[in-house]
Amino acid sequence: MDVFSSLMDGFATALTPMNLLYAVIGVILGSAVGVLPGLGPAMTIALLLPVTYVLEPTSAFIMFAGIYYGGMYGGSTTSILLNTPGESSSVVTAIEGNRMAKAGRAAQALATAAIGSFVAGTIGTALLAVFAPIVVEFAVSLGSPSYFAIMVLALLAVTAVLGSSRLRGFASLGLGLAIGLVGMDSVTGQRRLTFGQPLLADGLDIVVVAVAIFAVGEALWVAAHMRRTPLYVIPVGRPWMGKQDWKRSWKPWLRGTAFGFPFGALPAGGAEIPTFLSYVTEKRLSKHPEEFGKGAIEGVAGPEAANNAAAAGTMTPLLALGLPTNATAAVMLAAFVQFGIQPGPLLFANEGPLVWALIASLFIGNFLLLLINLPLAPMWAKILQLPRPYLYAGILFFATLGAYSVNLQAFDLLLLLVLGALGFMMRRFGLPVLPLILGVILGPRIEGQLRKSLQLSAGDPAGLLSEPIAVVIYIILAIILMWPLLFKLYRRNRPAPLLSANATRGNEPTDVARGTVSHGSHRADGKSKGDAGDDGDGGDGNG
Amino acid sequence: MTIVVGYVPTPEGEAALTQAIAEARKTNTTLLVINSSKGDALVDNRYAQEPEIQSIEDRLATQGIDHVIKQPVRGHDAAAEVLDAAEEHNAELIVIGLRRRTPVGKLIMGSTSQRILLEADCPVLAVKAS
Repeated sequence: MDVFSSLMDGFATALTPMNLLYAVIGVILGSAVGVLPGLGPAMTIALLLPVTYVLEPTSAFIMFAGIYYGGMYGGSTTSILLNTPGESSSVVTAIEGNRMAKAGRAAQALATAAIGSFVAGTIGTALLAVFAPIVVEFAVSLGSPSYFAIMVLALLAVTAVLGSSRLRGFASLGLGLAIGLVGMDSVTGQRRLTFGQPLLADGLDIVVVAVAIFAVGEALWVAAHMRRTPLYVIPVGRPWMGKQDWKRSWKPWLRGTAFGFPFGALPAGGAEIPTFLSYVTEKRLSKHPEEFGKGAIEGVAGPEAANNAAAAGTMTPLLALGLPTNATAAVMLAAFVQFGIQPGPLLFANEGPLVWALIASLFIGNFLLLLINLPLAPMWAKILQLPRPYLYAGILFFATLGAYSVNLQAFDLLLLLVLGALGFMMRRFGLPVLPLILGVILGPRIEGQLRKSLQLSAGDPAGLLSEPIAVVIYIILAIILMWPLLFKLYRRNRPAPLLSANATRGNEPTDVARGTVSHGSHRADGKSKGDAGDDGDGGDGNG
Repeated sequence: MTIVVGYVPTPEGEAALTQAIAEARKTNTTLLVINSSKGDALVDNRYAQEPEIQSIEDRLATQGIDHVIKQPVRGHDAAAEVLDAAEEHNAELIVIGLRRRTPVGKLIMGSTSQRILLEADCPVLAVKAS
C-alpha cells in the first residue's frame, strides 16, 4: 500500500502543531469569505499569496486547502439563512435550503449541509488520494501535443459550458489570454504587448492580475452599489438533525458525492453542473416529491455533498496534471509557480511529501470544518452584519500591500488600478471572471506546450495530431463546441413536444443557476432601489 | 404638525412606539414612524422586515391614528434620518427609546439618542424599555 503509507506520512506532516494551526486559520478564513457573498476562496488565496512567501510551501498550501474547503462550507450557510448564495456552487442549495429555513427548519438544513459536506469531502478526498497517482501514471506517458490538447479542452470547455453566455465567456477568455501574452516571448525573446515599457517585459505578475480582478474589481463594484435594503437573516440555533432527517439525508449525500467527484475531476469541471444534476436526481428519486419547492431536506443534502465532492475532484487534475478547472485551483497553480514548484505529472514524484501533506490536510480541514460549523453556524451569519465599507477597506489595503510587495514596484500599483477597473467593467457587463483568470494562468503554459510540439515537428501543424489522445480530445472538443448548434438543428427537424418541454424545463433553472455563477448577489444589488445616488455624504458628522 | 418616532425592532423601540401612539391619540396628530438603515451591511437587525412593518401598520390603523411609515436607506445614520424627518414635517415632538449605555460604550460607539437630544429643534420625549 504505497498510497496509504505516503498518506500517513502526509498526516504526520500536516498534524504538526504549526501546520495544524495554519489549517485552523485556513478553515476559519475560508468559512468567513464563503459566508460573504462576492468574496471567495480564490480572492482570499490571491490576497494571501504575497504574505505567505515567508512560509514553508507546505504550510502555505495547507492553509490554502483549508480556505478552499472552508469557502464551500461557508457558502451554504448564506444560501440557507439569507437566500443569497455566497458561492456559485451553493446556488442550488438556496432553492430548498432557504425554504426549509423559512419553514423553521434552518437548523436541520444547516446540519445536513455541514454533515453532508463532511461526508462528501472525506469520500472525495479519499478518491483523490486513490485516483491522482493513477492519473499521474497515465499522464507521464503523454507528450506535448496531448498536453496542449487537454489544456485547450479545459479552457474552452470551462468557457463554453459554464456561464450564461458563450460570447461573454469567450470575450473574457480572450482578455485573459491577451494579458497572459504580455512580456518576453519564451523562445525568441521578442517583446510582446509591452508598448515599449521595460517594466512590462517580465510579464504581468499573476498576483497583481488576480488581486486586481477579484479584490479591486469587486470592491469598486460594491462601492458603486453601496446602498441596499438590508436583508433578513433567519434566526437559527444550533444545527441538529432528527432521526428522520438522517434517514432522508444519507442517500442524497452519497449520490451527490457520486455526481460531484467525477465532474470536479473532469477538465470541464466546476461544481455548478453536479450540484444541479444532484438536485434534479433527488427531486426525481425522492419519496416526498411534494416537499420539493417547499423545503425538502434531500434538496439540500444532495447538492451540498456534490459541491464538496467536486471541490475534492478539482484537486485531481490540479495535482496530477497541473490543470486548474476553477478559479481557486487556478490561483493555487499560480501559487505553486510562485513557490518555485513545477506543477504537472512530476509533482507527485518531485514534491511527494508536500502533495501528500496537502491531501492529508484536506481530510483534516474537512473535520475541522465540521467541528467549527456545526456549533458555530449562527455566529458565521453574524459576519453579514459587518458594514461593508470597513470590510472592503481592509481588502483594498491587503490588495495594495500584496501587489506592491511582489516586486516592490510602484508601477504594479498602477497595473492594479487599471486591471481593477477592468474587473469592474467585466462585472458591469456580465463577463464571467473565471475564463479570464484561467486564460492568464494557463495561457503561457499552453503556449509553452504548443511551441514544444511545433518544435518537435519542425513547425508542421500536423505534429499537433501526432498522438492518438490528442486526436480524441479534439473530437470531444468539437462536439462540445458544436453541441448547441446540433441540438438546435435536431429540435428544429423534430419538434417533439415532450423533448422540447423537457429541454426548456431543464434549461431554465440552469440559466438561473448559471446567471448567478460569478456575481449572483449583484443582480439583487442592481434591483434593490437603495442606492439613490447620494453616496457622497455618508452623514457622519456626529459628535 | 406631526409626531416623529424613531423605531427599531427592540424593546426600546417598542416602548417608544407605544408612547408615541399614546401621544398621537392625545393630541390627535399624524404619527411618522422612521425605521432606517445605513444600508452598508448585508444584514441589519435594526431594519424592520416586511411582516413587522405590516403589524405596526395594522396596529396604527386599528387605533385610528393618521400615520406614515418610512424606511429610508440612504447611507445616513438613524439620528440624521429622524432629525431630517422632524425638520421636514415641522414636528412638534420626537419620541425615541433609550437604552443603557456605559460611558465607554458611548465613547466608542457614539449615541444616536444623544445626537437627537442635542440637535433636535423640538421637544424630545425619551422613554425606556419597560
